[in-house]
Amino acid sequence: MRAVNHTMRNRAKLTGWLFIAAAVLMICLFYFYPMIQALLLSFKTGAGANLHFDGLTNYKRLLSDKTFFTAVKNTFLFLIVQVPIMIVFAMMISVLLNDSKLRFKGFFRTAIFLPCVTSLVAYSVVFKYLFGNDGLINLALMNMHILSEPIQWISDPFWAKVTIIIAITWRWTGYNMIFFLSSLQNIDSSIYEAAKIDGASGPRQFFSITVPLLKPIILFTSITSTIGTLQLFDEIMNITKGGPGNATLSISQYIYNLSFKYTPDFGYAATVSYSIVVMIIILSFLQIKLAGDDK
Amino acid sequence: MRSLRRAPIYIFLSIVAFVSIFPFLWMIISATNLSVDVTQGRMLPGTALFDNIRKLTESINLVPALWNTLKIALTTTVLALLVASLAGYGFEIYRSKAKDMVFNLLLLSMMIPFAALMVPLYQMFSKLSAAAPLIGVNTVAAVVLPTFTTAFLIFFFRQSSKMFPRELLEAGRIDGLSELGLFFKIYMPTMKTTYSAAAIITFMSSWNNYLWPLIVLQTPEKRTIPLLISNLGSSYSPDFGVIMAAVVISTLPTALVFFLMQKQFVAGMVGSVK
Repeated sequence: MRAVNHTMRNRAKLTGWLFIAAAVLMICLFYFYPMIQALLLSFKTGAGANLHFDGLTNYKRLLSDKTFFTAVKNTFLFLIVQVPIMIVFAMMISVLLNDSKLRFKGFFRTAIFLPCVTSLVAYSVVFKYLFGNDGLINLALMNMHILSEPIQWISDPFWAKVTIIIAITWRWTGYNMIFFLSSLQNIDSSIYEAAKIDGASGPRQFFSITVPLLKPIILFTSITSTIGTLQLFDEIMNITKGGPGNATLSISQYIYNLSFKYTPDFGYAATVSYSIVVMIIILSFLQIKLAGDDK
Repeated sequence: MRSLRRAPIYIFLSIVAFVSIFPFLWMIISATNLSVDVTQGRMLPGTALFDNIRKLTESINLVPALWNTLKIALTTTVLALLVASLAGYGFEIYRSKAKDMVFNLLLLSMMIPFAALMVPLYQMFSKLSAAAPLIGVNTVAAVVLPTFTTAFLIFFFRQSSKMFPRELLEAGRIDGLSELGLFFKIYMPTMKTTYSAAAIITFMSSWNNYLWPLIVLQTPEKRTIPLLISNLGSSYSPDFGVIMAAVVISTLPTALVFFLMQKQFVAGMVGSVK
């Protein structure tokens, strides 16, 4: 009897592993195995398929690669300027929408979320034309006499960055707002009642009740947005192509260019790609640490 | 007095809503206009919609691209739901310390940027091209295989499985169902809402995927909708009406899914965080 029980328990254990087997296999095959491949690749040099081990050559090249540093600088600029603007914006809108006395709530929520249904490519093409030299934005601003001459939204190094930031903010604010909204709906309203009785003002309630309670969501949205920004590709490729010059070049696009646009340099591309992995790990760690510290 | 105090809030939200909707309005209106009218900033519906669509189907091969995208998105969705739900169920129902460790390891894959994977993946599939042309570069399989399993979806199914009433499994076992039978006959029908939320997320991200198809699909007749639009968008003499018609058509399926299933859509997004 005991032996039977034993084999049955073993079988039950095995069944569990069978359920997860396919997923584990796929993740290993298409995430972890390529990561190891990329690590090996990063020590190889050569063009196309003719690769050979070459020690730290790629890593030395990385440290003196001006284009790489431009791409890192651009990506971090997008990160530092765009992510905070978007998260503050998403939080503000969700707090306003959470007001139980607000009318047309459903309409506002749906409208603000709507940008999320477009594909990154589709909206990028739309923005490219809206912000074109003789696009609708310039046309409208000039007709309203706000501008006397068109802004070079796409072809000026400064304005091209602004355009990318506006575009990303348009596409992702509503997405982040949904997370804040669902979290706000879970906050017990009696906390606010109590605060009101204690005489706490609106802003005071916001900073000492809402913000602390939203902290996990702030952390979640900032980590996902950081990872997203570090991987920025579709918008850059379809709005500015990284230009003018390399003014909007992102790290992902640089890796793409190295491997598929110029003479394929897979080894060096892998080296650059590992730099993003390291950055994502460091930044996520920092954000978690930052959020955990004042608990 | 009260409503007056709220006026700035309404004004602010209306502006944000307008900015959010405006690009949609513009692309829909532009899809009905000729390129010339679009460049002159015409904001009224025109009569060129069918001409624009005809150009898309005759000279730009929109229909094959739609068909390719649909094939890829449907295959991805079916495989993703099956593999991820089996795993999410397995991790939660047959929970053990060892499996929890494997689970945490899988979650790490969410931190890996696709940019770091694309070069080795491309090499992998170009090597396969000679040995197995059916899954090598330039095939549906090459697009689907590396993208359909995501730790995110496994996580999502595991989280949702926490709410699954396990008594149902015991009842099923007494009725003589096998372990796999329990999954297909009891778990799957009970978790319909989770599956539909997962299907929406997966279908949309596959329908909109750009970077990997851009790398692995190399001939024009294989290309998907995002590749086609990107291509149109980078032409030197763009036909704005035609491009916007393509953009509208490519957005229709996802917009439709969104409006028909808004609740599951939001549940799918948010459910994964809790």
